[in-house]
Amino acid sequence: MTKINNIDDQELHFPYLPNTEAEREEMLKTIGVKTFEELISHIPANVRAKPLEIAEGLSELELSNQLQKLAAKNKPTSQQISFLGGGSYRRFVPAVVPAIISRSEFATAYTPYQPEVSQGSLQAIYEFQTAICLITGMDVANASMYDGPTACAEAAMMAVRLTERKKVFIAASVNPEHRMVTETYANSCAIETVVVKNENGVSCGPGSDLESLLDSDVACFVVQYPNFFGCVEALETLAQSVHAQGALLVVISDPVSLGLLKAPGDLGADIVVGDAQSCGNFLSFGGPSAGYMACRKEFIRQLPGRLAGMTVDNRGQRAFTLTLQTREQHIRRAKATSNICTNQALNALAMLVYLTCMGPQGLRELANISLQRAHYLADKLVQIEGVSLTFAEQPFFNEFALTLPKSATVPEVLNQLKAQGILGGIKLSTHYPQLSNSILIAVTEMNAVEELNTFVEAVEATLSAKAVKKKVLTV
Amino acid sequence: MLSHPDELKYVKSHEFVSVEGDIATIGITAFAADQLGDVTFVELPKVGSKFKTEQKFGVIESVKSVSDLFMPLAGEITAVNEALNSEPELVNLDPYKGGWMIKLKVENAAEVAGLMSADDYKKFIVD
Repeated sequence: MTKINNIDDQELHFPYLPNTEAEREEMLKTIGVKTFEELISHIPANVRAKPLEIAEGLSELELSNQLQKLAAKNKPTSQQISFLGGGSYRRFVPAVVPAIISRSEFATAYTPYQPEVSQGSLQAIYEFQTAICLITGMDVANASMYDGPTACAEAAMMAVRLTERKKVFIAASVNPEHRMVTETYANSCAIETVVVKNENGVSCGPGSDLESLLDSDVACFVVQYPNFFGCVEALETLAQSVHAQGALLVVISDPVSLGLLKAPGDLGADIVVGDAQSCGNFLSFGGPSAGYMACRKEFIRQLPGRLAGMTVDNRGQRAFTLTLQTREQHIRRAKATSNICTNQALNALAMLVYLTCMGPQGLRELANISLQRAHYLADKLVQIEGVSLTFAEQPFFNEFALTLPKSATVPEVLNQLKAQGILGGIKLSTHYPQLSNSILIAVTEMNAVEELNTFVEAVEATLSAKAVKKKVLTV
Repeated sequence: MLSHPDELKYVKSHEFVSVEGDIATIGITAFAADQLGDVTFVELPKVGSKFKTEQKFGVIESVKSVSDLFMPLAGEITAVNEALNSEPELVNLDPYKGGWMIKLKVENAAEVAGLMSADDYKKFIVD
């Protein structure tokens, strides 16, 4: 290694990385691997960040120009007609949200361990928890989690601790990403996960697997409400089956849907989790977001994550402080309720500001608009020949699975729509091979009625063009 | 002055044992309660569950720390002190009477003889 004035190459190339080559070597040796590459070899290549192809030694101006050109290649949903959903939703973010969360008191705040200098952050967290309890119908909520999927995994782990059982049931109709993250957590903790098949798009009803599979080893059943296909699961019936075996019901919910649907807490849910993205957070290429997590009061000692409480200070004034910290790793170390969670404070604050400015009435109206437009669209689409709802018998909220005619190929149809500036939905066969001819369509307040009509026309044109083409070919 | 009554038995993990027939009443010592500070929560096992000696049977939380509770003897839980759910401070105020935690049907009476006396325990905590 060349040395210039006693500074080695490493330090010149990476002036902000504090580890020297020698220190890296030492760490690798201690861990027992030869190279850094070997250390991360278990991470699949397709999820690794690719190196940015930026020439060295560019000026700030040149670099900025180059990056802007690169960024211009993106096609944001704001410039297209989008029906993409499946866990991330394009919803309107009122200007008040970024205005408040970008205040430096919030944007640069650190963990409020010192209540005497952190009343603002703590009050915001406390109010976030209150909002989550109100929409979920639960007794207590934490300060937030990384995102919906990790909140789901933490809920399953929490149920395992509470019941002292080691089997987690997850409905197949749960968002596949939530399932995958939960399985990753479970696998590392010797917890068995069982995916419970759906019957006609939902988890219960005649012929469903749940009743016969549930036994006294099951810690919890994880279900999504509305589920990944948009169908509204019958939580009350599920809760009865699950509780009869001494297991807990974990419910994942999109918070906007709770503006209209009955709260999971009123239907027998024990732990309710979800993603904050749809409330006040932009899509931002899939993150960052925040997860929320709420539970019944009797489970509070096993709730992971930070918790803000309200109290009175030594002058008798209302004050906020972190509470029940003995659950957390800075006190309990390895025995903490979780060692891999945090409060995603800024995104949670965005959700709080959003929910606060919407109010219960606003959230209800928003949910209703989404529901009405989704049903309007579904009604129009099924009038196209050969098109039907995949789960026609189920009630749905703002999202539904649509089966295309057998003659159509889903990727082809989606590509043709995309060429017209329409993101038509999610190809369901990616996660559900048996649904090879179905797409998942989400509708929000951003999809004006004209957009819905344009979409219906485009789908009809695409399908009939295909049909004509096929006819010509067969003649 | 912290009291460690002569009629009780003790273990190094700071639990006390009071034996009557084949039933042992178990809690934490005055010394342990004093070290923990104000107790805010005690998590106790279910009646009917069985434990081995030195197995963890519960958790005690105070305003400044959290600790596991360990079995001084093997046996089956016959009762837990429900009063601690609403008044965990009993552990500080009255560790040997109101602050008891569990009652245990002792599996092996010979184990009792191996426990520390009050004098041994007092010496142990000074060291």
